[in-house]
Amino acid sequence: MSTTLHPFERNTANAFQPPPSALLIRRHISNALLIMLSTFFALFAVGVLFYLILYILRQGIPYLNLDFFTKPPAPNGEPGGGMGPAVQGTLILVGLAALLGVPLGLFTAIYLAEFGRGRLANAVRFIVDLLNGVPTIIFGLFAWVLIVVPQQTFSSLSGGVALGIIMIPIVARTSEDVLRLVPRELREASLALGATETRTILRVVLPAARGGIITGIVLAMARVAGETAPLLMTAFGSTFWNTDITQPMDALPLRIFNFTLSPYQVQINQAYAGSFVLILLILLASFAVRWFTGGFKRKF
Amino acid sequence: MAITVEHLNAWYDRKQALYDINLSIPPLSITAMIGPSGCGKSTFVRCLNRMHEEIPDARVEGKVLVEGVNIYARSIKPRYVRQHIGMVFQQPNPLPTRSIFENVAMGPRINGLARGSSLQELVEQSLQQAALWDEVKDQLQAPATQLSGGQQQRLCIARALANQPKVLLMDEPSSALDPISTLQIEELISELKQTYTIIIVTHNMQQAGRVADRTVFFLLGRIVEEGETTALFSHPQKKETEEYVSGRFG
Repeated sequence: MSTTLHPFERNTANAFQPPPSALLIRRHISNALLIMLSTFFALFAVGVLFYLILYILRQGIPYLNLDFFTKPPAPNGEPGGGMGPAVQGTLILVGLAALLGVPLGLFTAIYLAEFGRGRLANAVRFIVDLLNGVPTIIFGLFAWVLIVVPQQTFSSLSGGVALGIIMIPIVARTSEDVLRLVPRELREASLALGATETRTILRVVLPAARGGIITGIVLAMARVAGETAPLLMTAFGSTFWNTDITQPMDALPLRIFNFTLSPYQVQINQAYAGSFVLILLILLASFAVRWFTGGFKRKF
Repeated sequence: MAITVEHLNAWYDRKQALYDINLSIPPLSITAMIGPSGCGKSTFVRCLNRMHEEIPDARVEGKVLVEGVNIYARSIKPRYVRQHIGMVFQQPNPLPTRSIFENVAMGPRINGLARGSSLQELVEQSLQQAALWDEVKDQLQAPATQLSGGQQQRLCIARALANQPKVLLMDEPSSALDPISTLQIEELISELKQTYTIIIVTHNMQQAGRVADRTVFFLLGRIVEEGETTALFSHPQKKETEEYVSGRFG
């Protein structure tokens, strides 16, 4: 095969089917190799996750029954019982966390997206990002020093505060991004009718960003629902039904942690059932998010 | 004079956009602002209802007298200026989360002009003035985004009128619309002139010729020439005006 031919005198029918050359073959091979490798690793990653979920499903589902949700743990080693207090406790803890994290996060987002300019805003944004990266056990320690030590008792209040602080940066940054997406034209429509800035934000900007803000809040709640470390030194855990937020309270991750380390097979099995419920909770939250983001995209 | 502008200068951060603008606009007339992109015509109308200062780091100096009152006087709040001087934007901007009715009712609600049945009357009257009532009277609760582009723009005009303004500012109100919708908007503008003082920004010289009583030609942040529309187009006094209206640049 000649390599000195003029480009226009190639011995092929057209330019879209050049003759095979060493370079071309090498390109084809590296191309195929890259596609194969990236596909393989992507499938591998998804496969690991899939196996994990399937494994927990298989181990957990057989031990999932009504008692699981309605009964407190049975005494060590005895059959029966459930994780009722832990399910309830997780809901209460996440609720408390939302009570603290949502308003603080949302106001931070409004400040960053609407008012904040210059050095202070950049500093706030930097600190919020920093908070996002801080190991969550630090927030547990913070709540422990702030609430548990002076109160001289573990409490779900301190747990809620720890989880709430973890929520702030997540809610703040996701909401800020969504608020920035609201078109300028909508703000101007409101301002040009004589609305104040406050009214424009509350009545025009926030409603337009509603879907995205809810998404951020739900994701943050799902995230803290699975937190274990900060709860070890705050909510602490309990095997009794409890709705008093000044007292120790159980939570799913705590109960899973305790039961997994148990020498009794009954408790280990229930830990799997608990893991399944926790995953289900977060899965449901993700579906809710899908639904809300779908609604959000339709609007713009 | 409905509006008198004296020594108006405007900036975006450090960049000056308007240089020493002096202009008088007679009441119940249509005045068109023409000129090439970036000449300051939009900035100028945004200075007339204090919307310019909403842009971060934007600044205005000078006087704008509306019926004798300087809207840049220290005692005047921008929100009252904007209630009395309505504005329609280039892109139709109805609020997507609200119904047709709620969009028109926004201004009166914000400014406490009407409520209950008198609010409904005001909304109907505004939609009629904007020549939209017949098309939407059976679907007032439908979302505003269901309407076509031209209808949305007339909805925005109705929304501005519901505030019972004295002056209506229109920033290229038909540049995002098809020819038929444009024609409807132009007819509407000519109709509204009987009740309102209208200032319209347009990059379309034919449009200025069709609707405007007076035309102002902007170039590089300065007014080059202004006068009766027919006179300005047929006997421009300045070389730049002649070159622009004859289509040699811009």
